[in-house]
Amino acid sequence: MRRTVPLVITFLTGAFLVVSFFIPHDPFGQLEQRLLVWFAIVSGFTMLLGIDSLVRSHIRKVTRRRDGWGHSVALIAGLAVTVALGIAGFVKYDSPFHIQSPFMFIYTYSIVPLQGTMFALLAFFIASASYRAFRARNSVATMLLVAAVIVMLGRVPIGAAISRFFPAAQEWIMNYPQLAAKRGIQIGAALGAMSMSLRIMLGIERSYLS
Amino acid sequence: MVRPRTRSLWEIMDTIDRRIIFLILLVVVAIPLLTSVGGRIPPTPPVQSAFAAVESLEPGDYLMLSIDFDATSAPELMPMLRAVLRQAFGKHLRVIMLGHIAIGLPLGHMALEQAAQEFGAEYGVDYVDLGYRPGYIAVMIGMGREIEDFYATDYRGAPIRDMPITKDLHSYDDIDLLFGFEHGAVLDYWVRYAQARYHQRMVFGTTAVMAPDAYPYLQAGQIEGLVGGLKGAAEYETLTGQAGLGTRGMPAQQWAHILVIGFIALGNLGFFFRRRAERRRGVSA
Repeated sequence: MRRTVPLVITFLTGAFLVVSFFIPHDPFGQLEQRLLVWFAIVSGFTMLLGIDSLVRSHIRKVTRRRDGWGHSVALIAGLAVTVALGIAGFVKYDSPFHIQSPFMFIYTYSIVPLQGTMFALLAFFIASASYRAFRARNSVATMLLVAAVIVMLGRVPIGAAISRFFPAAQEWIMNYPQLAAKRGIQIGAALGAMSMSLRIMLGIERSYLS
Repeated sequence: MVRPRTRSLWEIMDTIDRRIIFLILLVVVAIPLLTSVGGRIPPTPPVQSAFAAVESLEPGDYLMLSIDFDATSAPELMPMLRAVLRQAFGKHLRVIMLGHIAIGLPLGHMALEQAAQEFGAEYGVDYVDLGYRPGYIAVMIGMGREIEDFYATDYRGAPIRDMPITKDLHSYDDIDLLFGFEHGAVLDYWVRYAQARYHQRMVFGTTAVMAPDAYPYLQAGQIEGLVGGLKGAAEYETLTGQAGLGTRGMPAQQWAHILVIGFIALGNLGFFFRRRAERRRGVSA
């Protein structure tokens, strides 16, 4: 019974949403809208669950003095300070997103630069990897390498300055070989998603219940 | 006593400290960023189509902007956003902003306020920020029926029905064009749900890495235009006639590309000569 009821609910909800896609008129459309609003509300609560899980995990790390527990202290303190500043912004300016609120200060001068810095590091690793790992070991790797060089040159002004071939070849690579491969991947992924959805609706795939 | 074999030039180069490579890249990117202003970048057809889609709107039409990126992609997407906002306010379009990456939405809001101030646009009349709602797939589908079901209030909590800009706004039928700024999979969901199901007109600005993902939709005509990466942003700025950070960033990107191509060439030359030397040693042994 504990498994049957969720499986029945899953099947009925899934089947209903499939029907409402093809028959969007009421009452299907209205009920679908109601389910979507519920979905959005439940999604909001998953954030709270995520925060709860994150905080518990890091508090445990700090109390047990595990390796890197200092980072956990920084994370918890950062979370607490950001929430406190958000509330302060809400109280003083009616919104934490007011341009002068303390939340926006910490966002602009702390969160944004930190995120930007983390991602910018990728450029350095790409440069290093291009030197050490991007090798023409066989014919397929050589094709990939030649295509990469053409696209890189075609996407900067000097490529066009050297020859009109580079921007044109770059466009051709993006519009034909790249697109064909991408479309194949997307069709495959869509078929996989459909198959998985059917397996869940029909109760064949039950891992989400555990 | 056996003398150690002298290492070849290529072997020496193969073991260069990665910090030297990092330093070279830093110099190659920093100098053009600090000294060069960049030049006009000729627009490509996907960018021209995106620009034309916005240009096709009449004053008072609704342009919805979706901020689906955060600071990690800001260098590529913020120049596009700024250029589009200037174009929109210049054409007296009504701008509706929302976003599905909570941590990135304030970036969009700051750009919106800045552009609105520049053009003297009034909040609630000429533009509005609906903010973030969790569960973006449900939000995208549900907006096809009634936007207020998900965005009853704006980002400050003010009811949208009290504002002139949104009092008659109900669904995608009222949105003349959607312009999404994407650094991830949200683009796919916009196309799947807002375009495929509700036939919403849409164009996208994406990071260079994400642009290949959008090409199938562009070729199929599901999206009308595509602004890809910093180069796309520079091209869009060329079309708007106002150079910004996209144009200024292109010289740095250009030299970084040349450097990476140089590294690839050097690495492969080293690989080729080292392998040839190893084969010869193997034969002679």
